[in-house]
Amino acid sequence: MAYAVDVDLKTRLQSWLPKLVLSPSLAMILVFVYGFIIFSVYLSFTDSRLLPSYEWVGWENYSKLWRLSHWKISLTNMGIFAALYISICTILGLSLAIFLDQKVRAEGVIRTIYLYPMALSFIVTGTAWKWFLDPGIGLENVLQTWGWTSFEFDWIKNRDFAIYTVVLAAVWQTSGFVMAMFLAGLRGIDNEILKAAQMDGASNWNLYRRIIIPQLRPAFLSAFVILSHLAIKTFDLVIALTGGGPGRATELPATFMYSYTFSRNQMGIGAASATIMLMTIAAIMIPYLYAELREKK
Amino acid sequence: MSVATQDTAIRTGRVTRTLIYLVLLLFALFYMLPLYVMLVNSVKPLDEITGGGMMNLPKVFTLEPWAKAWSSAQIGVEPTGLKPYFWNSIKMVVPAVIISTVLGALNGYVLTKWRFRGDTILFGLMLFACFIPFQIVLIPMARMLGLMGVAGTTWGLVLVHVVYGIGFTTLYFRNYYAVFPTELIRAAQIDGAGFFQIFWRILLPSSGPIAVVSIIWQFTNIWNDFLFGASFAGADSQPMTVALNNLVQSSTGVKEYNVHFAGAILAALPTLLVYIVAGRYFVRGLMAGSVKG
Repeated sequence: MAYAVDVDLKTRLQSWLPKLVLSPSLAMILVFVYGFIIFSVYLSFTDSRLLPSYEWVGWENYSKLWRLSHWKISLTNMGIFAALYISICTILGLSLAIFLDQKVRAEGVIRTIYLYPMALSFIVTGTAWKWFLDPGIGLENVLQTWGWTSFEFDWIKNRDFAIYTVVLAAVWQTSGFVMAMFLAGLRGIDNEILKAAQMDGASNWNLYRRIIIPQLRPAFLSAFVILSHLAIKTFDLVIALTGGGPGRATELPATFMYSYTFSRNQMGIGAASATIMLMTIAAIMIPYLYAELREKK
Repeated sequence: MSVATQDTAIRTGRVTRTLIYLVLLLFALFYMLPLYVMLVNSVKPLDEITGGGMMNLPKVFTLEPWAKAWSSAQIGVEPTGLKPYFWNSIKMVVPAVIISTVLGALNGYVLTKWRFRGDTILFGLMLFACFIPFQIVLIPMARMLGLMGVAGTTWGLVLVHVVYGIGFTTLYFRNYYAVFPTELIRAAQIDGAGFFQIFWRILLPSSGPIAVVSIIWQFTNIWNDFLFGASFAGADSQPMTVALNNLVQSSTGVKEYNVHFAGAILAALPTLLVYIVAGRYFVRGLMAGSVKG
């Protein structure tokens, strides 16, 4: 009799064990991610400044935020940065992948070279490009000493062009990764279809345009999702490359949030800006994850 | 990632091929350039850099900047070099990588072999956590670390990195275990093997490759993190990236470019080494985060 109870307890424990094992991770995620999100969103409706306060002020932080020129500049910069970063990375990544897919010699070496920036910290990337683009000691100086005396390249110090240097460094860091994604897509394409089309006299250009590139749709989608979420989260690169300057020329929402929350003691406004960042990413990520996880079933 | 065959049906002429090689070479130069500039200038004396000629090989070769960046450069207020921060990073990265990988393996095991109602939703919640802009958790996290008594400590940072890393590690192990034959597990169950026995004896022995992917991914991400380090580290737990940024941005005195470059390479070296030694696994980790399955 005692034995039977024992077995019963044991099987019941066994059936609970999986959930028990999962629960610490879940608890952490629920508290540190979703609980914190709720807390931050709540703070964005309070008059928190240096420290969190629980005085409800409704949409005041949001209306203040949208009146701040600093925020508008961050958003404009984000628009320019994201559009260029995503499109250049995609075009470059796809082109390099197509070129690499032509039975190129030393493909492995080339791939390794293209992809290594992805292993670096954005702080390292920012430091490297900062000096490379510096008019005093960098590219401008080099080309001038090489004899091209009228050469000017001061984008990093120029308010109107500094944001493009952020694009350049970010493209340098991630385009190799996008290339790898497209290359994997290309390698998955059925050669039989291509051979059949070739028999019908299709040119290479048409093969790519009509058959191959349309088949890369999943890779395009993944690239877009990954790149857009990286773009919105861009922070370290700007800190290391330009520090948000000159002036506010390279401020992005992520740097805006950081300076408003931690150095200007406007926690309510900082939380409001973080909420907007989250909503933007959620609008891209949730449908994507939903579709990806549904397909699996 | 299915790099099945190198075989492509596309045929190209000689001119096209030459052009292709030219473009590929050009971009290889583009990707190598910053690394070359950093390397070359990290072994030059300062006056050689300020005199111009960033692209030139050093006339005078010196390892002085490396020694200075490592052990005597001014970082913040102390002339300690990057050495203590390097160890701070190690002390943070090692436990964070181990804990998040172990949790990821267990989670992946439960989510594929012990499925229950709603498990996909729970996994979705975990996965979304990887992609949130971390600005949304900075304020409450700072308070929570304070409440837990780990504010400004390495353990606080370990906790942060574990929490925001388990989504990815779970993803890796889940995708990997999903294709593992469930019949083997059912058979072991019938033989009376329990939850942990099955994991330990059947799944774990074949988890090598995915464990490497997970460890490399976590190592790279945590080592390279700046936002959490800058937000939550105390004076004696600052990681390498934060210290490097302090070194480079410091406004006092002469800008010692050569020391900055040496410091940047020092900060990049561990992840770069991992990439060179185990690049295949690094790429697999990257791809699993994007094109699943």
